[in-house]
Amino acid sequence: MKQTIRLRVNGDTYEVAVPPWRTLNEVLREDLRLTGTKRGCGDGDCGACTVLLDGRSVTSCLMLAVEAVGHEVTTVEGLATARDALHPVQAEFIAAGAIQCGYCTPGMELSAAYLLSRNPSPTDDEIRRGLSGNLCRCTGYQKIFEAVRRASDRLKGAAPPDAAAGDPAAGGPAGGDPSGGGARP
Amino acid sequence: MTSRPIGKDVPRVDGWAKATGAALYTDDLSLPGMLHGALLRSPVPHARIAHLDTRRAAALPGVKAVVVGSDLPAVKYGNWRLVPTTQDELALARGRVRFVGDEVAAVAAVDRDTAEEALALIRVEYEPLPAVFDLDAAMAAGAPVLHEATPDNVSVTRKIAFGDLEAGFGASDYVREDTFTVQAVSHAYLEPCATLAQADDLGRITLWTSTQTPYIVQCLLASTLGLRENEVRVVKPAVGGGFGGKMELRPWDVCAAFIARRTGKPVKFALSREEELATGRRRHPMRLRSRVGFKRDGTLMAKDLQVLLEGGAYNSMGPTATFLVGNFGAMLYRYPAYRYAGAHVYTNHAPAGAMRGFGAPQALFATETQMNMAAEALGIDPIELRLKNAMRPGDEIPDVATVGTCGFAECLERVAEMSGWREKRRRGPGTGGGKGLGIGCYSFITGGVFNWFNTPYPFSAAEVRAYADGTVHLLTMASDIGQGSDTVLQQILAEELGIRMQDVQMTAGDTAMTPKGDLGTWGSRVTLMAGNAVLEAARQVKEELARMVSLRFDLNVVQEVELKDGMVRSKFRPDRGIPFAEAVAMAQKANRGKPVVGRGTYTPRDMGLVTPTFSFGAQVAEVDVDRETGVTRVTKVYTAHDCGTVLNPMAVDGQVHGCIQMGMGYALSEELVMRDGKTVNASFLDYKMPGALDMPECEAVCVETHDPRGPFGAKETGEGPISATAPAIADAVWHASGYRATGLPITAEKLLAALDGDDSIAGERRAEASCAIPDPRPRG
Ligand code: FES
Ligand code: FES
Repeated sequence: MKQTIRLRVNGDTYEVAVPPWRTLNEVLREDLRLTGTKRGCGDGDCGACTVLLDGRSVTSCLMLAVEAVGHEVTTVEGLATARDALHPVQAEFIAAGAIQCGYCTPGMELSAAYLLSRNPSPTDDEIRRGLSGNLCRCTGYQKIFEAVRRASDRLKGAAPPDAAAGDPAAGGPAGGDPSGGGARP
Repeated sequence: MTSRPIGKDVPRVDGWAKATGAALYTDDLSLPGMLHGALLRSPVPHARIAHLDTRRAAALPGVKAVVVGSDLPAVKYGNWRLVPTTQDELALARGRVRFVGDEVAAVAAVDRDTAEEALALIRVEYEPLPAVFDLDAAMAAGAPVLHEATPDNVSVTRKIAFGDLEAGFGASDYVREDTFTVQAVSHAYLEPCATLAQADDLGRITLWTSTQTPYIVQCLLASTLGLRENEVRVVKPAVGGGFGGKMELRPWDVCAAFIARRTGKPVKFALSREEELATGRRRHPMRLRSRVGFKRDGTLMAKDLQVLLEGGAYNSMGPTATFLVGNFGAMLYRYPAYRYAGAHVYTNHAPAGAMRGFGAPQALFATETQMNMAAEALGIDPIELRLKNAMRPGDEIPDVATVGTCGFAECLERVAEMSGWREKRRRGPGTGGGKGLGIGCYSFITGGVFNWFNTPYPFSAAEVRAYADGTVHLLTMASDIGQGSDTVLQQILAEELGIRMQDVQMTAGDTAMTPKGDLGTWGSRVTLMAGNAVLEAARQVKEELARMVSLRFDLNVVQEVELKDGMVRSKFRPDRGIPFAEAVAMAQKANRGKPVVGRGTYTPRDMGLVTPTFSFGAQVAEVDVDRETGVTRVTKVYTAHDCGTVLNPMAVDGQVHGCIQMGMGYALSEELVMRDGKTVNASFLDYKMPGALDMPECEAVCVETHDPRGPFGAKETGEGPISATAPAIADAVWHASGYRATGLPITAEKLLAALDGDDSIAGERRAEASCAIPDPRPRG
């Protein structure tokens, strides 16, 4: 019943034996132990499970693992290049106070990274639309919008936009704070 | 680098872990050999279990345990340990189910698919019993009884009364009486509940669970398993929101622990979103009847409030709600006479529990809407009417509470200015081309002084360990569930010890490792209560280090020693001092190596029946009502609030914004729709909470007060503002359209029907509906 598939996740190749009905979300979380990708509903309604598939955002709870074969998956674990080199979206989520319980955060960040990769200078309205598939129950979204605006500024300022587009993992450095963004006083 | 983090936009200490996906929530944890659990729930609202056969499920390969009610000790539990008769829940039903979703059996298997397959093999024969789904049916003579000990289905009643009501109404020039109805809504925290239990050789349990209240779970779990309290260790991992919905022992905790003890294997349960929405705790639906009297000039004279709370099948936190709604009904304004009677009624619905604002969103929707209606009738501007009656510092609710600091009047002035109220509100209702603005206000508790859990420990406690390398370790059971209390508590500690945030490490929310006790995260209590415990612990450390520096520099006894910028030094002669680390080393050496440790506790005493101190605020909402579609868009929300001294402005803003999101859902779109006892909209597709496209622009200012009871003067901000939003939006809808809602949510369908003059669909004119509480029937 199980079939062995090869998945490319965050630049690494994994071989896993999965039943055909197993979702990408389950395989990421349970087989690969990449638990940064969350499950908020399992129905495609909340966006907490968002990952990038060849750079485009998808809800991993609605996608079968076998469908991801041959594609490049990016999860929140693949956004930062090092402990102190966060993706600008991550750094700004921390700095702007866009994180409370944090359960929506990985999905929000990936949706935001996708948005900025397609549209480096989104208007407020475009930011809202870009995040409309991701629910948050804590923040009232205001600081998330702000974080995306700031990340957009930083991406434009830090690197030639092309370098940061396409591959979110190649985003600019997250500023000079060695504690990993979000300077502590 | 500054060592004064208080009052600054300090980013969250758990920000990096959450931004990178490294933060571990309960369902992210996994142990070798772990079993996966699943729960069988009742598909019927009320029935006797005639027959229960688990043999086929137990025989399925991979199934390691099947548990039913009769396997578990028959120990009922509930948070109101102080009054054991209110403890009415069992983890798994014994012979009887009382709502759709009531847990009947639990299965644990090698994987989730097998566990779910096993559930399908359990045979249950239900003998249906008559069920009750609303207040009137539940309270009717001869109504089906849910719990034999409560023959009238009224499980709790509460009263508050002060002043001469008769005289107050007698002297009133204008009296009005209105009935308000509010619906059930879901916490809808993004992380569904999950729990993971592990047993040791003696059957002692470690439980990682998504909870706001590790100590409560520890005690109640121990009692249901027949263990001593400290044979259960509860650890709170990262929690994906709670909002009051995760503050009780829940059946999956009991089942996981029970099965772990039986099998010797770790067991995890993780709920689905459907289970959460269809069977989870919810905000109490209520019917509130309020009679209020005014002088012609707007002076409030008397208020008589009767409230029926629909509690669902079990008490949960209902007893607290029944008191609090009456308390909040007496807040905000000076009522010379006030009477409240509330009753908590059982029905065959999923139980209601605590939810953000607890009792206040309902009470204040009624209060504030009625104020707006009265203002209209009296021809007085709603803000002027409020200013005339606003509570001031030192006001009292006799025998219940005293108002300490209170910036309410200033909040009203500020929100009027910010929103351009006096200009924009001049035009009459329905004359603004669909635009309108409205007002709502709030007050909330900063922690509860009530001890319904009957804890013999302090309400909060903290231990501070100072080390000779300049770092300190803070240990507290206080539970950050996303609101940011870990950050604020570390700010408080760093500020008091004059060190930097990165000098502080923390262990929290672990009943075995952190000092007892802590009642958890609810009632906006953590900053004040745990904060004061941290302060006390820090001051002990400070005192010890100050002694060292006084000795070392032979300081005059009148000289103050300050801890600042990483130094311990004379305030008068800053050159006389040594680094914090050195002072700790000195203190240790002077005490034969004994570690430098401070231990603080906080327990409120002699602070009335409610809280150490109240927050206040006023909010104005602007809306755009589309008369064609009936859709209301909230375009801007202005908030002026008194949360004492602001410890972290960014965190405070975040709480206000979150409250607005939830309050707006309550006002316009959120409702758990029930049909024949079933929740019909149990998905995020059908349960409509505001998303990124719906949120208005939010502008907030803090009217700072300095509360002597709060750490550095702070009061609450995490719950209060939610109560202002729904009445403000409802008032704005009136101003925009002429439709005055006395029920929530204000859906497009209701609004259109009301604008067409069809009250039956609008369903809000319930002048006849009674809120009277019947005389109690004899109890069994
Ligand atoms: S978990 Fe996939 S959309 Fe909610
Ligand atoms: S931060 Fe909690 S759901 Fe978004």
